[in-house]
Formats: sequence, structure tokens, C-alpha cells
Amino acid sequence: MSDMTHTAAKPRAERSATASMTYAIFLTAGLILLVLAPLFFYPIFLMKLLCFALFACAFNLLLGYTGLLSFGHATFFGGAAYFTAHVVKEWGFPPELGVLTGVVGAALLGLVMGYVAIRRQGIYFAMITLALSQMFFFFCLQAEFTEGEDGIQSVPRGHLFGFIDLSQSTNMYYFVLAVFLIGMVIIWRFINSPFGMILKSIRENEARATSLGYSVARYKLGAFVMSAALAGLAGGVKALVFQFATLTDVAWQMSGEVILMTLLGGIGTLIGPIFGAGLVVTLQNYLATSDFPVTIITGVVFMVCVLLFRRGIIGEFYASRLGRKLGFEHRR
Amino acid sequence: MTMIFGIPLQAFLGQLLIGLINGSFYALLSLGLAVIFGLLRVINFAHGAQYMLGAFAAMLMLQYFGISYWFALILGPIVVGLFGAFIERTMLSRLYNLDPLYGLLFTFGLALTIEGTFRYLYGSSGQPYAVPTQLAGGTNLGFMFLPIYRGWVVVVSLVACIGTWLLIEKTKLGSYLRAATENPVLVQAFGVNVPVLLTLTYGIGAGLAAFAGVLAAPIYQVSPLMGSNIIIVVFAVVVVGGMGSIMGAIVTGYMLGIAEGLTKVFYPEASNIVIFVIMAIVLLLRPAGLFGRDA
Repeated sequence: MSDMTHTAAKPRAERSATASMTYAIFLTAGLILLVLAPLFFYPIFLMKLLCFALFACAFNLLLGYTGLLSFGHATFFGGAAYFTAHVVKEWGFPPELGVLTGVVGAALLGLVMGYVAIRRQGIYFAMITLALSQMFFFFCLQAEFTEGEDGIQSVPRGHLFGFIDLSQSTNMYYFVLAVFLIGMVIIWRFINSPFGMILKSIRENEARATSLGYSVARYKLGAFVMSAALAGLAGGVKALVFQFATLTDVAWQMSGEVILMTLLGGIGTLIGPIFGAGLVVTLQNYLATSDFPVTIITGVVFMVCVLLFRRGIIGEFYASRLGRKLGFEHRR
Repeated sequence: MTMIFGIPLQAFLGQLLIGLINGSFYALLSLGLAVIFGLLRVINFAHGAQYMLGAFAAMLMLQYFGISYWFALILGPIVVGLFGAFIERTMLSRLYNLDPLYGLLFTFGLALTIEGTFRYLYGSSGQPYAVPTQLAGGTNLGFMFLPIYRGWVVVVSLVACIGTWLLIEKTKLGSYLRAATENPVLVQAFGVNVPVLLTLTYGIGAGLAAFAGVLAAPIYQVSPLMGSNIIIVVFAVVVVGGMGSIMGAIVTGYMLGIAEGLTKVFYPEASNIVIFVIMAIVLLLRPAGLFGRDA
């Protein structure tokens, strides 16, 4: 509430005009950067970053905009990676159909997990999703098609729509970028739709949303499936980028990682998770060569974030003096 | 040879015993989780890490100071309990006014940090811890062979569970704890120092986890990963039992341990996931959990 009083001095229309102006400038700058990025950075690194950024944004759809903390999102990310890798490698699907299979598979998993988990709220919801995703992990460990500890290796990238050769890393990068942007547009449309507004009202006051006649359970399930499907989009593409799918992607540590990315970037901000994912992936890449375990850093960052810095990078920026001057409003 | 449901009796009883042992650990750990959650409204994700710390405390005390199992059984929980109290006092207590999810995230970070540190220092492979000589060997019960240490674990954990239940339900301190669970502000107004009570509770919970860890050291390998492997199962146990009642947590722990053991006899492939399946079924039929009051 205190941020509201500061900005109240400016008339509302003027403020939102500044905001949309700032948004437009940032958006254009961001797009140009993303298009030019492969000139300066290693493409695999960029693609990994984009996949995790989309994954974190999909996760944030649930945590930030519906108030549900899922501790089982690795299931959708890693599950989709397995589905995509399997149909592309074994059944010879083209990449676009392979990714689609991953998305549909993740959405179905989301439907099942969501149906069970929304029966409880808050902290129980988190524990149930964690337990169910651990169950999926054991399933993947024992199932035939995942090839156990080895994972599905050397998945071909194939030709997009039959003529774009994805084995060339530049082509692959722009494919991943396109998927990322499509995913972001879907998320943006979703949270600004009437459906998204109802989700926010559920987050703020569930009892009230119920009393207004909304079937809260159905909306939560809808959000859960949507988030799972988008996480699956990220996972399916990741399987093509790295050309393998392994147990790491379905393990609970992955669920923890995506929570960290979202928390670090800013829960409930549209672009925060992108920055969170960027930081975490960069850190992992940097530490991959040393023998110092990433887990310790991850754990400490988690604790520091929760104790001192709950709004995350982008949330803090929005709430800062500069952020407010630029016309941003911090909405939780 | 006697058969039961087409399974040799020996194998059946053997798995039943293993189930009972696992159930003892599930019961001890879910009990600690329930005690902490009851008062602090925090799901202690670091419970698994504190269990692992207990096992490591026993091992390191033996290695560096020659402290025997028996003293470790007392000293380990005290050390880990003090560590827990320190964490609660300095950090966790700042999160009580926030959404309970932050407590879960904080303790998750704590668990990662502790686990990562021990993996860095001692590697991820397990290290053995010898069964104390007084409890080595086994007895033949006529129908099966019982390693004495395993029998000891079942008895001691049962005693610890009942002891904790008595402490909370029948003593003055326990009545303060229960009162503070219902209405902390009112209890504070009566002159009870609630913040100290919270620290004490977290310390006791962490100590219980460490106690389970010391007990587990001779059975399982002492490894940095032992905590995170068990904590997710314990979460499922807690969901099934509901955290409303201490007794519920204990009973559910044993029940699910036995269910897991029996699945190993009849359908080994599913033994890893049976507890999660039971959890899902319970949620579909009785969303509040078997003993839960809160929905």
C-alpha cells in the first residue's frame, strides 16, 4: 500500500502513459538484444537460458498469479523432455510435432497432478505436488522408454516444417527464441484475460472469490494445467537443444531450481523470472568448471532471498524510486 | 515351509520387519514435523537434513573423539537441537508474520546448504557406522531371524514417540505448547514467554530428527543424501495423516512403513511409489487426511 501513496501524486492517466512508454522502450531493447545475442554469446548457453526463462515464467503463472506454490514442476519440464525426445527419436516425429507432443503430455500430467493436489491448500499443496513429482521420478527411473539412468541420448533435432535445418545452431537459436516469445505472449495474454483476473482474485481472497460464485477449484485446475503445458513447452524444446532427456530434469532439485529463479527475479512480475533464470543459469555455468558444489550457493541464495529480499530483483526495482519514476507499479 | 498368500513366511516376516523399521523412522520424523508445524506453522524442509546431521554427528564423534554410540544417542540430538534453536532464533523467527510458504522456502534453502556442505566435505558416497557391540548379532525367534539392533530400533523409536506424545499431552510444558498453538497472543498475555517456547519447540523438533538419524546410522549408510531421500516420503506420510494430531502422525508413520514393506513382498516394482499412491487415494477420498481436522 505504501508504494501507492507515493505514486498517487501523478494523475493516473499520465502515469500509465509513462509506464506504457517505458514498457515499449524496454521491450524493444530486449527484443533487439535477444535477436543480436548469438553474435556475442555461445548459442547453447543462450538457448538453455531461454528454456529456463520460459520454464520459470510458466511456474510464476501459478505461484505469482494464482498463489499456488508447486514443488513438482520438474515433472512437467522433464516429462515433456522425455516425451519429445522419445517421439522424435523413436517414432521419427518432426521437431514441431515432437514439441507439441511434449506440451500435450505435460498438460495431461498437470491435469492429473492438479486434480489431486488442489484438494488441499497452501503448504499441503506444496507437499503433495512434491510427493507426486517424486512418484513420477520413480516411474521414469523404472519405465522402459526413458532408458533409466542413461536417459534418452542423441535425439536428432530434425528439420522444422521439413525445410529449416535445426542442426545448425543459428537456426536452432531463432527457433528457440520464437518459441520463447510465443510462450511469453501466451502468458501475457493469459494473465490479462478475464480468466487471469479471476485467478488474481483467488490469490488475494479465496473465500471471497467463492462467495462471488466462481468455482475456485476449476480455475485453479485451469491455471495448473496451463502452467504445466507451458513448462512442457520449455522442457520439450530443451530436449531438442541438448539432444537428450535425463532423470535430472524430473528430479526434485529441478523443481527447487525453478522456484529459486522465480523468487530471485520477482514473484508475480511478468519478466522477473527471466532475470532470475538468467542469473541462476549463468551461475551454474560459471561454477560448472570448479568443484565447488552449486547446491551450497543455491541454498544460501534461497535463504538470503527469503530473509531480506522477498520481492526479487525486478520487484525491488519496480518498488524503488527509479522504478516508480518510470511509472511502474509494484503489484505484489 | 509355511506359506502365506503364496509367499514364504520367512520372506514375508522379513519384509514386515523392514517395513516396521522404516515405519519407525517415518513416525519419528513426521512426529517432529507435526510438533514444529503445530506451533510455528512452518513446514520444516530441513528436517531431513537434521536427520542426516544426527547420523553424521554420531559418526564424527566416534571418529574424532571416540564417543560411543550410547553417548552419541544423547549428545547428537542435543548438538543438532542447539543448532536448530540458533537457526530459529536468528533467522526463522523473522518469517512468522509472513505467508507460511516462506518458512518452507527458507528451510528448503537451509536443507540445500547443509546437504551441499556435507557433500563437499565428505563426498556423496555412504560411510558405514558399526552396530554397538552390546546390540550386535541376532536371535532366532523360531519363525525368523531377528537382528537385535533392528529390534532395538523399533522399541526405542516407539518409546520416543510415546514419550513425546506424553510430553505434549500430559505435562505443564506441553499444555503451554498446546495453548500457544491455539492462541499465542493470549498465552503471552498470561506471562508465558512464547518466543522462547517457539525456539524450544524448533530445537526439540530438530533434536528428534537427529535422534532418528543416530538410530539410523548403523542400519543405513551415513551419507549426505540420506535426508533428502527420506524427507519427501515423510511429507507424503504427513499429508496422509494430517498434521492435526501427534498420535495421527505416529500411527500413520508405522502404517505406511508396513504397507511399503508388504508391497516389497507382493509387487516389488511398486515399493518405491506405494506411499505416494496411498497419499493420492487418501486425498481423493478424504482430503483432510486420515486424522486431520484442518482442510
